[in-house]
Amino acid sequence: MDVVKTILEKSAKEAEKYKSVEVNKLVSIDLGALLAEDLNPLDPGALRSSTNDYLLNLTRDNTQLLFNQIWELPTERIDEAIVAKLPKQKFCLPRFKPVPRPRPLTKWEQFAKAKGIVKKKKSKLSWDEQLQKWIPLYGFKRSAALKEKDWLIEVPQNADPLEDQFAKKVEAKSEKVAKNELQRLRNVAKAKNVKVPRFGLTNPEVSSAKDLQAAVTVAKSSTASLGKFQDKLPKEKEARGVAAITPGATRKRKLPPISGQNEKNQNLNLVDEVLNKRPKINIEKAVARQINDEQAQRSDEKNRTGRKKGLRKSGGGKKPKNTNRPRKGKAAGGRKRR
Amino acid sequence: MKRLSEERTKTLFEKLAKYIGPNVKLLIERPDGIYCFREQKDRVYYISEKILKLAETLPPNQLISAGTCFGKFTKSNKFRLHITALSYLAPYAQCKVWLKPSAEQQFLYGNHVSKAGLGRISENTEKYQGVLVYSMSDLPLGFGVAARSTAECKHADPLAPVCFHQADIGEYIRSEEDLL
Repeated sequence: MDVVKTILEKSAKEAEKYKSVEVNKLVSIDLGALLAEDLNPLDPGALRSSTNDYLLNLTRDNTQLLFNQIWELPTERIDEAIVAKLPKQKFCLPRFKPVPRPRPLTKWEQFAKAKGIVKKKKSKLSWDEQLQKWIPLYGFKRSAALKEKDWLIEVPQNADPLEDQFAKKVEAKSEKVAKNELQRLRNVAKAKNVKVPRFGLTNPEVSSAKDLQAAVTVAKSSTASLGKFQDKLPKEKEARGVAAITPGATRKRKLPPISGQNEKNQNLNLVDEVLNKRPKINIEKAVARQINDEQAQRSDEKNRTGRKKGLRKSGGGKKPKNTNRPRKGKAAGGRKRR
Repeated sequence: MKRLSEERTKTLFEKLAKYIGPNVKLLIERPDGIYCFREQKDRVYYISEKILKLAETLPPNQLISAGTCFGKFTKSNKFRLHITALSYLAPYAQCKVWLKPSAEQQFLYGNHVSKAGLGRISENTEKYQGVLVYSMSDLPLGFGVAARSTAECKHADPLAPVCFHQADIGEYIRSEEDLL
């Protein structure tokens, strides 16, 4: 400290010759980052008239303030050099790049999270009753222990006696490993948003109706004329999302705009088509008319006989019912009937 | 709002023809301007071209309804009439069924019309034809499908259904949310 003081005194004496080192100004200073921030507004007049000089002076003043503060810090001497101990940095420098995203969960992790399954820690070694020793859960000495343990495999009751049970076990294991690898790759692809190439349809025993529909759609368009002349079933729907593997398929486009008059004409044509499509002989209608005629006839006869009877009985006080007569030659519908 | 595909237009006209027969043409050929059918979220709207032009300025996902909803296409591409179409179809009805005042409420609650509730029926109504249901005071109440032809109705059991319920004006209250 004495050294610093003598230097400071010496410099103070010398300073009288030079510019003043005292600057009175409010500047926020972060010593940890050796940073001075001058938030005071600039003097516009001076800035415009002599830009360089003004900025130079301002910077000098602010630097001076920073240095003044540094000199107030505790110092020590290390190897002929005076070193100030800087406090902790207060200024928070913003990141250049965004914070990395957390790793997306694998399919199992997602499932476990949804179901609330928590991973349990298993001990590395477990006591094996059969071998009477501690065997590891995985890794070194694990397979040796298993080999020792499974030196004999019982052939299941309904299994083929000539089948090699050891080979079967090895195969099962290797398949399990392969499946795990496939799932790992699938997780990686999902995390990196890579499009996995789709392989053809799986066998018909395991494929769903949707798969079959996709297969039909693709197969239909796989002709030389891209399926233009293929027949269509009455209620057949095209599979969706198969444009990528369908030859000649383009994205579904909106119907092109047409004028109102044109659309009206199109609609009228369609209406005509619909109305003319009706069968020439409408059996239902014919039967209904037949029944109606018969009934009318019967009621007519009844009325006639009724009238005779009525005449005999009461001398014709009753009005004959005559409204049910069939109207021949008139268009169907629209007429009321009581 | 998009135009109906040809297939769907056909389905729509077939359905309308069941109720109003050749009068479907009158819905398209109107003296007061061009009217057309438009589709929005599987619902079919009957809309004049003037309003259509205004409606097309809105983004389709924000447009709830424009014109009159005639009905909707089901997932299996069948067309189902909504009660909102009643005011357009009632003037052109081919076959009508009039209900006795006692049966009106039953129908408006969504029940079929039995022989007992039948006031009158149009002559020459075929079996399974679309009919419009009226009250005795000629107020249109809804749509139905004739369960029996006119002749068969005559000898039907009083409790036997004569007209199957399709839509009624009670739906304006009962299923207000589903109508649009």
